[in-house]
Amino acid sequence: MTKAPVRKPVPATRSTVSLKLLMAVTGLLLVAFLFAHMTGNLKLFVGPENFDHYAHWLRTLGTPLLPETWYLWIQRAGLTVALIGHIAAATILARRARKARPVRYAHRPKVQGSYAARTMRWGGVIVLLFVIYHILDLTTGTVNPAGGDSEPSARVIADFAPGRWYVTLFYTLAIVAVGLHLRHGIFSAVRTLGQRSPRGERRARQAALVLSLVLVIGYLSVPFAVLTGLVG
Amino acid sequence: MDIQVRVWRQDGPSDKGRMVSYDVKDISPDASFLEMLDVLNEKLILDGDDPVAFDHDCREGICGMCGMMINGVAHGPERATTTCQLHMRHFSDGDVIDVEPWRAAAFPVIKDLVVDRGAFDSIIQAGGYISAPTGTAPDAHATPVPKADADAAFEAATCIGCGACVAACPNGSSMLFTAAKVSHLGLLPQGQPERDSRVLDMIAAQDEAGFGGCTNAGECTTVCPKGIPLTLIGRLNADYRNALRKG
Ligand code: HEM
Ligand code: FES
Repeated sequence: MTKAPVRKPVPATRSTVSLKLLMAVTGLLLVAFLFAHMTGNLKLFVGPENFDHYAHWLRTLGTPLLPETWYLWIQRAGLTVALIGHIAAATILARRARKARPVRYAHRPKVQGSYAARTMRWGGVIVLLFVIYHILDLTTGTVNPAGGDSEPSARVIADFAPGRWYVTLFYTLAIVAVGLHLRHGIFSAVRTLGQRSPRGERRARQAALVLSLVLVIGYLSVPFAVLTGLVG
Repeated sequence: MDIQVRVWRQDGPSDKGRMVSYDVKDISPDASFLEMLDVLNEKLILDGDDPVAFDHDCREGICGMCGMMINGVAHGPERATTTCQLHMRHFSDGDVIDVEPWRAAAFPVIKDLVVDRGAFDSIIQAGGYISAPTGTAPDAHATPVPKADADAAFEAATCIGCGACVAACPNGSSMLFTAAKVSHLGLLPQGQPERDSRVLDMIAAQDEAGFGGCTNAGECTTVCPKGIPLTLIGRLNADYRNALRKG
């Protein structure tokens, strides 16, 4: 007995597997950015001047081949396209998954599977909200107490001052969300790209855990250093 | 032992369906789960009620017919075990056990616990074959197969198509099933001519049947009665990427 198709056929480029490939590639690109960005942040430990110098250097990067700030804008455009592709694919796949199970189970224990794998979608949405806030805070300075015309280090130090503990709290939650997303995401991306040996699977899971931990610790070290007065 | 089962009752595909509680008394701990349902059905028939419809055939764990969700776990609490091979000794006296059909758009309920798994057939029809020349059977050693490949292909071939992977998947995806079939043939020399079209066509059929996409959550392997490994999904992904590249 063969069944009538439930869904209209889609070209191979929009199959569930192809959409996952897009998510894997864009996701790993974003991960690469997160590591570069973290390295820049850690310069605050060398000194606020070093950090500000780095921020200015980002604007002159690529000169004289490119006019000033062009490199930065190209990178921003690339990251935006990657993020949009990632979220678009995630949304299409989430809707397909929802339609694939129209009737829920009456009894469904939550114990199976990893927490990280179960929270990919909501975790991703939290990360997106954070990214928007983060740009308004530290890139444009719109919602930053030091304002947009201040030096980057001044913005960071004003941001995580002890009186603004709620900002640090939100930042911490968002970074933990990123860590959880990548704990499953990095492994998942490697698998989506074709990893298929049991040994490779163990390594991919370990790498995902270690890389996510490094990111979480690296990103949280800055606000906590400001909060405790170690920097600033 | 005395237990209570709460079973999904649904008269037909268009009926809304509901959970109904039944007391089942004096069940031997050595009875299989299906035998427990048999006892319940005998009582229902004596009482003039409609027996609970459920699929089964071999009752030996090899045909893949007997899938059902037991307390929210496909094929129940025992690992690598089909429902027909699950015994009541894994439950305790006085337990309340919830029994539901596989839930997936691609597997509509026919009646009670019976679902239509024809969607798996459409995936198989799309690419689960090889083109073999007809005529006398070739000599067994005509096409040598490396031992490691033969073992891996055999492991994939143990999939009995029961649908537990779909039932357990948070996305209602049949990736583990499709990956087992793609790998089974793709690992063997006889499967090479259609290797690219097979993976593309089977994934297209899977999408078209209304299954969700894989998020590598691994729920499928956990409940698979044959322990089909998650790594096969990586193999499918690699084959798919190769096939896409070749266009
Ligand atoms: C810093 C930003 C982000 C990074 C670095 C990132 C990274 C990744 C990676 C590497 C994957 C694995 C791809 C694969 O499974 O093959 C992934 C999956 C996913 N991401 Fe993201 N992501 C980010 C933001 C987001 C956002 C904003 C959303 C949603 C609004 C999102 C939703 C998802 C979903 C739903 C998955 C698939 C879940 C799964 O495979 O189990 N991500 N992400
Ligand atoms: S009835 Fe055949 S596998 Fe259970």
